[in-house]
Amino acid sequence: MSVDPTEDRSVSVLPDGLWTQPVADVPGGDGEDPVRRLTVPAAMRYDYTPGLAQSRFLRGLAEKKILGERCPVTGDVYVPPRGVSPVSGLRTTEQVEVGPSATITAFCVVHIGFGVNAPPTPFVSALFLPDGAAVSLYGTMGEVSHEDVRIGMRVEPVWVDDDQLTTSMENIRYWRPIDEPDVPADELKGHM
Amino acid sequence: MRDVAIVSVAQTAHRRAAEELNEVELIQPVIRSAMDQVGATIADIGFTCSGSSDYLAGQAFSFVMTLDAVGAWPPIVESHVEMDGAWALYEAWLKIQAGHADTALIYSYSKASPGDLPRVMSRMLDPYYLGPLWPDSVAYAGLQARAMLDAGTITEAEMAQIAFRNREAARNNPNAQVVGSASVDELLAAPMFSDPLRVHDCPPISDGGVAVVLAADDRARAWSDRPAWIRGIDHRIDSHNAGARDLTTAPSVAIAAERAGATGAFDVAEVHAPFSHQERLVVDGLGLGDDVELNPSGGALAANPMMAAGLLRIAEVADRIMQGSAGRGVAHATAGHLMQQNLVAVLEGDS
Repeated sequence: MSVDPTEDRSVSVLPDGLWTQPVADVPGGDGEDPVRRLTVPAAMRYDYTPGLAQSRFLRGLAEKKILGERCPVTGDVYVPPRGVSPVSGLRTTEQVEVGPSATITAFCVVHIGFGVNAPPTPFVSALFLPDGAAVSLYGTMGEVSHEDVRIGMRVEPVWVDDDQLTTSMENIRYWRPIDEPDVPADELKGHM
Repeated sequence: MRDVAIVSVAQTAHRRAAEELNEVELIQPVIRSAMDQVGATIADIGFTCSGSSDYLAGQAFSFVMTLDAVGAWPPIVESHVEMDGAWALYEAWLKIQAGHADTALIYSYSKASPGDLPRVMSRMLDPYYLGPLWPDSVAYAGLQARAMLDAGTITEAEMAQIAFRNREAARNNPNAQVVGSASVDELLAAPMFSDPLRVHDCPPISDGGVAVVLAADDRARAWSDRPAWIRGIDHRIDSHNAGARDLTTAPSVAIAAERAGATGAFDVAEVHAPFSHQERLVVDGLGLGDDVELNPSGGALAANPMMAAGLLRIAEVADRIMQGSAGRGVAHATAGHLMQQNLVAVLEGDS
């Protein structure tokens, strides 16, 4: 894909012609070159803090544990927890270890990678319902052809080496199939 | 017009940084308190409306996540404004007036501590002329103070007196962040912070939130022995372009006050003036006299959680009426830079 900055302004790395924009028609004054572009540095720095419940979750990940929290009314376990049950509006306090085995509740075969850390295409991004949890975690699949991935497939996380563990979702490199029968799709309703 | 009242209010203690909490953990106890005071569950609420801004915490769709604190399943009728919660209350009031709901839950909050607030605030400006200059909100407010000082509509000593009165009043507000003040003489001896503003002229940066329950007619009487009836409410805006405004006045305050019926005697007034000189603009716009108890909470100079400080003014007046210490009050909320948008509400208890 060739881009001539005086003729065409590319705004993405998508295939030619898609999302490109024709050059602006800027009249010049007195034969001077028109001002076509203004560069204004724009950045805002935030120091993010995850809160009580997500801190507990992230500390668990550093020990290769997936920690959810239980709704005091329905008993459902939410992961990652945000500290409040979205159904009852009440604080979750009881921590519950879920997984590590999980079930695929939805997936997508990705053919266009973006971001510097994207796996080679095609790859599968999916929602993984850890055993014992009411909602799914996002991640990517490995050690399997995208053609073999299906809803209901049983999987497990593949962790980074122990000396690489931090308080981060990056601790899970990807998920891979395990040799267990598929979960019927009907049993996954409401758990995406 | 239906009779609509505030029947419960709750707020956080306000502090510089609620670092250990995420936004939903910050606001959930407040929502629960406002609901528990009237014995309501979300099934009793006809409309839910919140006010917040993604720019403050630096998180996209952050208001969706704080809906967890409401218990929004099964689905509820819900809306959000990228405005102070006073405007969320206005939307809820309209919804009730239109007959689409009899009750409403309103809440607003900010966790502004993760970002550089004066810089974040500059993103409210237009993206072509003013935004690219990145004027921080304190310097921007200083332009207005300078215009008022030059016009003779306020003095530096009067600004210091306003700061002193608000922060001394905050001694009686357990939720305030900046409590108590040095003497006016000591304040005036301090160096300039952003000339002509000294530190005491500026609001604190606060993490905090507030929640309010509204109800109409018989439901309000069932939920509260002494509802704070909203007798009038209106909001108006001046130009967003500060260069097109006379910064020494805020005409939209006076227009909103007139439309809201904010005339006659008030026991209490809570006005939302983040910078000391701005209190003068609101008091003049509302036509308040010396007989009104002004900002007994300490106002935004004592605690200024973005998106909540305006609704807090309404909640403070409503609380005094519900407690019986005031009969009639006026509350004011502002949004945007330099008092650009202004909302006025008149609240009254049964006599």
